[in-house]
Amino acid sequence: MTKIKSLFISLLLTLGVSAAIAGSHGSTHDLVKERGKLMCGSNTGLAGFGAPNDAGVWEGIDVDVCRAVAAAVFGDASKVEYVPTTSKVRFTVLQSGEIDMLSRNTTWTLSRDVDLGLEFVGVNYYDGQGFMVSKDLGVSSASELDGASVCIQVGTTTEMNLADFFKANGMSYESVPVETNSEADAAYLAGRCDIYTTDASGLYASRAGYPDPSAHVVLPEIISKEPLGPAVRHGDSEWADIVRWSLNAMIIGEELGINSGNVDEMKGSNNPEVLRLLGVDAGYGAMLGLSDDWAYNILSQVGNYSESFEKHIGPNTPINIQRGLNALYKDGGILYAPPFR
Amino acid sequence: MQTSLIRKIIFDEKSRSLLIQTLVIGLFAIFIYLIAQQTAYNLEKRGISSGFDFLNISAGYDISIRLIPFTSEDTHLRAYFVGLLNTLMIAVCGCILATILGFLVGIIRLSSNWLFRNIAYVYVEFTRNVPVLLQIILYYSILLSLPKIKQAFPIFNTFYLSNRGLFSPSPIFKEGFSIVFYSFIIAIIFTIFLKRFLKRKQEQTGNQYPIFFINSAIIIFTPILFYYIMGMPLEFDHPVLKGFNFKGGMVIRPEFLGMLFGLSIYTAAFISETVRSGIISVSKGQREASQALGLKSSFVMRLIIIPQALRVIIPPLTSQYLNLTKNSSLGIAIGYADLVHGFGGISLNQTGRAIEIMLIVMLTYLSISLIISLSMNIYNKSVQFKGNA
Repeated sequence: MTKIKSLFISLLLTLGVSAAIAGSHGSTHDLVKERGKLMCGSNTGLAGFGAPNDAGVWEGIDVDVCRAVAAAVFGDASKVEYVPTTSKVRFTVLQSGEIDMLSRNTTWTLSRDVDLGLEFVGVNYYDGQGFMVSKDLGVSSASELDGASVCIQVGTTTEMNLADFFKANGMSYESVPVETNSEADAAYLAGRCDIYTTDASGLYASRAGYPDPSAHVVLPEIISKEPLGPAVRHGDSEWADIVRWSLNAMIIGEELGINSGNVDEMKGSNNPEVLRLLGVDAGYGAMLGLSDDWAYNILSQVGNYSESFEKHIGPNTPINIQRGLNALYKDGGILYAPPFR
Repeated sequence: MQTSLIRKIIFDEKSRSLLIQTLVIGLFAIFIYLIAQQTAYNLEKRGISSGFDFLNISAGYDISIRLIPFTSEDTHLRAYFVGLLNTLMIAVCGCILATILGFLVGIIRLSSNWLFRNIAYVYVEFTRNVPVLLQIILYYSILLSLPKIKQAFPIFNTFYLSNRGLFSPSPIFKEGFSIVFYSFIIAIIFTIFLKRFLKRKQEQTGNQYPIFFINSAIIIFTPILFYYIMGMPLEFDHPVLKGFNFKGGMVIRPEFLGMLFGLSIYTAAFISETVRSGIISVSKGQREASQALGLKSSFVMRLIIIPQALRVIIPPLTSQYLNLTKNSSLGIAIGYADLVHGFGGISLNQTGRAIEIMLIVMLTYLSISLIISLSMNIYNKSVQFKGNA
């Protein structure tokens, strides 16, 4: 009899476990607070955007979005655990709940937004796909690339753009698919392919790490729109709001001239929007379920968008990217955040 | 009455084990059902759409390593077939090369020559004990350090070797070549009958005929004869360096070669051990008896030892073939566009249908493996002892 009894018990246990799996989804904000740290999906290592520095600390403008969210939620920008994700697994990792948000040069597209159950909350870098070639080839335009071998990272929108671009221009090519940035760099430098194509930002970041960066040139053609931004799971709008406004706070910070250096003195400003942003006028934090000084924490600990850009990828860094499209709308770019009121 | 039935079920060994087995299978079925249902529920809850409609959407990416035409406008389903054929191509080529190399090394390991024997020994121990992924990457890196395309190394001014692959002329079949091809097929069929006929004659008369030489001559010279009769209906398209790459001709890419070397050199080490154990398993008396009969040593190997050794070799050889086929999924590491890389990687990313695509890929590998097992089992039956030996 005991055998049958134990079988019954195991059956009940099986059912119980399945039931437990079913009922484990609460609000992401509560989950993050309970855990005490933010799980942020980052790149496996893309200089300037998201990569660990010599001391093993993650840095980059994508990483700064994670830090901004942590500053908003905990008042401490360092309470982040970074989960490096490849372009292949990034969405699955987010969907399965392993990470709370994804901030990893990911292009916002319709099918990803709608079909994959994701929610893109904004754009932290306006990018576009470009081509990098060795200077010895003497190529000055992407329209001279007929018959070339092209190194390309798999599982990205770049593959489709590339196919479309060559088809539209009646050119042929050989695609050499690789899995990660570093493999693409190795194959490109070995001469396996003539061209390396990915988002222009990625090309600049890769080039900065080459033995002789000046021997390579990024061609002027940009063949696609690649708005890169953080994403969260679909269906938790409160959490999406927190991530969206953490990013917006950095942009608005730049717009209002608030940076990590002057944030304390800006608390005495006459501008009502500054006062709302820094939580001097109370009430806006509560709308998001955060403390009133959430944006103050972001700007004091992470800094505004411009600071982040200049520190990680700007002209004074090895990556050397001009603001271009990523300048504020006032300065000729298209960076624009909704008003803080 | 009822208690006796229960007593019977519990205390009778046969019915009790039947009951337990039924329960276990039932529980397993329930478990699988619950997981499937839970997955479907979770997907729906997270707003992730599912289904197999994506197979008919155009893929939007290009695959350079392919056996059938493919453009970015073709569907994901066609991308699946391109990947499947690439997987089969590497599996078949790999198995053939691994078998040849494995048999060779296995026999050398039993050779009386100290140097050869120990070189084979070092080879087996080294390749067997290093992960196959590392070996694939090693061979690929070596191939990438070949000359760059502009300095491609010419071989007889016909083939060109570079780190973008081995470029060779491709044949262009003109009108009338089909007759040459058919003559080749007919020659093969003819030699099979000729072999039977000559064997029977040998059994009747005792005279030996050089069957191998006669048949080889027929198979080689018949198509050549027809080739000239039909007015040489074959031309070659030679590769020419133009712009960035060679234009025309054919190319064997370094990704394919890297996979081929990695997989077959690795698997051959295992096969050689299988072959060695098979040969050792044939009792010494067999060799001595056949030598006593005055057979040539090549005949001893071919007619006495190998047929008996095959009985021991075939079953483990089957699992080596299965391993090689499954290991071909490592192509993703060096960009060989196999099933996992193209359909299971790129299509998965474009469509986000992880569960559906992984299910298809897994079922495909399962089917390939079962087909290999089945055909090897049939072959195994044909080499086993026949009659009441």
